[in-house]
Amino acid sequence: MTPAVEFRAVSRHFGSTRAVDAVDLIVPEGSFFAMLGPSGSGKTTCLRLISGFEKPTSGEIRIFGENSGETPPHLRHVNTVFQDYALFPHLSVLDNVAYGLMVRGVDRRTRHARAEELLALVHLDGYGPRKPAQLSGGQRQRVALARALINEPRVLLLDEPLGALDLKLREAMQDELKALQQRLGITFIFVTHDQTEALSMADRLAVFNAGKIAQIGTPEDIYARPATRFVADFVGSSNVLPPAVTQAIGGPARWSSLRPEAVRLVPPDGAALTGRVTATRYLGGATRVTVATGRHQAPDERGYIGPGDAADLGVLIPTGQPVPALGDRTGLTFDPAALHLMDGA
Amino acid sequence: MPRSLSAVLPPRGLADRLTALFWRRPNLLLVLLLAPPLLWLGVVYLGSLAALLLQSFYSIDEFSGLVVREFTLKTYAELLRPSNYDVILRTLLMSAAVTVASVIIAFPIAYMAARYAKGRWKAVFYLGIMLPLWSSYLVKVYAWKLILAKEGILTWAAERTHTQWLIDAALSLPYVGGNSLSTSFIGTFLVFTYVWLPFMILPMQASLERVPASLLEASADLGATPARTFRTVTLPLALPGIIAGSIFTFSLTMGDYIIPQIIGTSANFIGMAVYQLQGTAGNIPLAAAFAVVPIVIMLIYLQLAKRAGAFDAL
Ligand SMILES: Nc1ncnc2c1ncn2[C@@H]1O[C@H](COP(=O)(O)OP(=O)(O)OP(=O)(O)O)[C@@H](O)[C@H]1O
Ligand SMILES: [Mg+2]
Repeated sequence: MTPAVEFRAVSRHFGSTRAVDAVDLIVPEGSFFAMLGPSGSGKTTCLRLISGFEKPTSGEIRIFGENSGETPPHLRHVNTVFQDYALFPHLSVLDNVAYGLMVRGVDRRTRHARAEELLALVHLDGYGPRKPAQLSGGQRQRVALARALINEPRVLLLDEPLGALDLKLREAMQDELKALQQRLGITFIFVTHDQTEALSMADRLAVFNAGKIAQIGTPEDIYARPATRFVADFVGSSNVLPPAVTQAIGGPARWSSLRPEAVRLVPPDGAALTGRVTATRYLGGATRVTVATGRHQAPDERGYIGPGDAADLGVLIPTGQPVPALGDRTGLTFDPAALHLMDGA
Repeated sequence: MPRSLSAVLPPRGLADRLTALFWRRPNLLLVLLLAPPLLWLGVVYLGSLAALLLQSFYSIDEFSGLVVREFTLKTYAELLRPSNYDVILRTLLMSAAVTVASVIIAFPIAYMAARYAKGRWKAVFYLGIMLPLWSSYLVKVYAWKLILAKEGILTWAAERTHTQWLIDAALSLPYVGGNSLSTSFIGTFLVFTYVWLPFMILPMQASLERVPASLLEASADLGATPARTFRTVTLPLALPGIIAGSIFTFSLTMGDYIIPQIIGTSANFIGMAVYQLQGTAGNIPLAAAFAVVPIVIMLIYLQLAKRAGAFDAL
């Protein structure tokens, strides 16, 4: 099957800024593909390359197998939910949603009827006559979504479409989007800052770092087997261990990650690894306890303090089990199979 | 520093007390700030306008030449006399033509400036637009008289480039043509357009500047061609600026009495008529009635523009 979108060594440089740098990417048709990465890592630029608002400095972008180099944005069967919504302020909500049909010459009755359906889909029935300025941020985002869906695009690009929603609505919209994507069979490319959102919604996801893809894979791959230290750090919650610590606990001298669920607290006497509790955080279903182990290296001649074998290990203690107090000494044990080695980059 | 137990800081002087007073009574500040300009506007501006309006309902005694202070519509009826009516129609047509031409010339300039000019080029743009405004209006008009005169620069340039026939063709047009460019309506029109053009470009550019590029992208994203985007997004959003500009060019042309005196056929325009009537002829009521005409026309124009949805984007 031809992939919906394929990047072959695509770069987009702005002067000396390498917004997107030699990216190879395959987005399978019908998938829910997430792009995750810190601010300024090139996610929006990637979407703009797909929608045609940026041209690659080098490399080739294929959309359903066709080289898109010569196709202007308005001829691409790709629609976007913009990061800043970009709703037309002079048009009503209904006309905003119906815009894509209007420019295709669909008559007023049909396009308004269709726009009403889409407004209902995003739970905005009855908001049609309003102007965008009379909506809240979250409502505007939903109008932007409805507007992007009206042309039934083959690929829908969503640039942080849930950023302005409160938690409850956000979760409802996440389910909604996922269901929508499965029902319509459209390829969704979804940009987000939010690790949990990316992990829970995507079939595949790419983690961006400074214009490059640090890792691409299923949420399982990314979460359990981060390829690099950056990915483990960014996807978060996992313990990132410097080489000395990995070695101290019986692994090779390489960076590794260890999921907090895999670590257990044991009495300090006779434990291979011990440390002091430096923080506890109640999370509802569990308590996350941070244990500082090992020691930092002595400062070298430049005053630089290397990580040595010091590490802060996070441990999840299910609610109901005893939680140590701050400052307590404790021993740690873990399942050696859970130790995952990775690149230090 | 000892930490105070209260979260309220003591006032540090008169300024703090005043600020606190205004914060407690926001309307007080509003009244203080607005009263002087409102008084000025109300008394001097609207008051004189009301006086003008009142004058136009008086009439003039034809034998004594004195103003009869009795309410009558006679003066307004006089506006409809062919000679006066011609003046109104001529002014109206000239103002409309100047406005349309200004829109057409100003739009690409304003568009380029708003969309593409950055940094230093933007400064160059503003300088280019404003520079003509800084020199005296009379100097510009007389300069144009030299440019347009029969032996003027334009004729000379046309001869050199063998485009004399173009000027001749324009001058042979009925009604707007004439002996030379500086003594024809075409000349009046050219100079009006030149002189008022900045007043069209600036508001237009300001309104185009406020159209975010992301809206144009959203439109293209949804399948609109650039031309379509221009019609359905750019133009409606720039319309308030275009209307503002056209109010300037239209009303400035309507009220001007110098340009048609210096350049043109010496046929009367409203401004000239008002000038002559209240000066040499001493017919204040008719002058007032003439002066009311542009006001009425502008009000009708604004109403039509509003009806057409020109201000929806505001
Ligand atoms: N038009 C441009 N001109 C110059 N630099 C640009 C331009 N567009 C983007 N950049 C730069 O490219 C880099 C990537 O930007 P991009 O908008 O793709 O980031 P992002 O991952 O979407 O960030 P965010 O999560 O904050 O939206 C940034 O360093 C940005 O400053
Ligand atoms: Mg972005």
